[in-house]
Amino acid sequence: MSVISEFSKGIIKENAVFRLVLGLCPTLAVTTKAEFGLGMGVATSAVLVCSNLAISLMRNFIPAKIRIPSFIIIIATFVTMVDMLLNAYMPALHAQLGIFVPLIVVNCVILGRAEAFASKSPVVHSLADGLGIGLGFAFSLTLLGAVRELLGAGTIFNVNILGAAYEPFKVFGSPPGAFLALGLLMALVNMLSKKYKLE
Amino acid sequence: MGEIFAIVFGAIFINNFVLSRFLGICPFMGVSKKVETSLGMGMAVTFVMGLASFVTWLLEYYVLVPNQLEYLRTIVFILVIASLVQFVELVIRKASPTLYQSLGIFLPLITTNCAVLGVAILNIQLGYNLFEAVVFGTAAAVGFTLALVIMAGIRERLEFVFVPKHFQGVSIAMIIAGILSLAFGGFKGMM
Repeated sequence: MSVISEFSKGIIKENAVFRLVLGLCPTLAVTTKAEFGLGMGVATSAVLVCSNLAISLMRNFIPAKIRIPSFIIIIATFVTMVDMLLNAYMPALHAQLGIFVPLIVVNCVILGRAEAFASKSPVVHSLADGLGIGLGFAFSLTLLGAVRELLGAGTIFNVNILGAAYEPFKVFGSPPGAFLALGLLMALVNMLSKKYKLE
Repeated sequence: MGEIFAIVFGAIFINNFVLSRFLGICPFMGVSKKVETSLGMGMAVTFVMGLASFVTWLLEYYVLVPNQLEYLRTIVFILVIASLVQFVELVIRKASPTLYQSLGIFLPLITTNCAVLGVAILNIQLGYNLFEAVVFGTAAAVGFTLALVIMAGIRERLEFVFVPKHFQGVSIAMIIAGILSLAFGGFKGMM
């Protein structure tokens, strides 16, 4: 496959959240608002791109038997870096995301790409793959965040959309609303992808 | 005593790990198709989470803090959990082949269960002492098991009902989880 298609497949066709159903914990937990979804998505993408790059560069030196622990150490190193950077430059976002920043380590999207793709592919392809999957993940989280914020508070990115007269569905800002919103969005994506034959 | 009760009750019902803290969603969605397997998974997770709480607490306060290495917490904890899971798998295989038969396949999956790393980090953030940490870890895992078993029970019944075409699979499971989460929200008033 060409580099371009490695990049573009992650955005819709192999979208991590809606198609592969991976990385659900952060998806549900931090998407009370669009900006938190975007922040988490960008942080995860940064780790994914860096770990794909590093693992692809080292793929010929890592012995097959201890590859999984090696991948986890590489990923954990980048997560620690992102954790510290967020803490230093965006403390408000860091506080909002809470324990889900260190938990990027166990996001199955990242280990999944490392095992299934970066450990077997050349550097440029792995970078494109990481960027595409990361972008798709960030897009899904922002979308879910926007839907929940719109229904739960009438705003998107803190901009009031529905006007002062809108009586918000408070439930979409709380944990049950996360499950309901994602379930409904998944059904919608299923419907659209059948209609436009994306399978 | 009251405080310990509050930790146990809080971890199982009020801030249920799956339904309110969103930790361990992947196994919750993946392994909740049959009651029997979800019980097995729950037992394996309970064992590992209790043990992981104990080991990571000791590491944090006797190795990382005295040497001012707190920034290595994420790396150290995930490595410890991964090796702990391997170790537990080895021990169970040698000690009890029957238990291994029922738990064995779930053990490798536990490393990437974010509830385990989550509970280890939460123990530190909430400032629990060693006993509280182990109690919290075990209770959180019992809460995880409870949510998993209830979910499996519902999904077994779901096999026989009509589900609209586009909602089939994960979508309907999410909506069921949402309703379960609403039900567990009722416990909030009790504390």
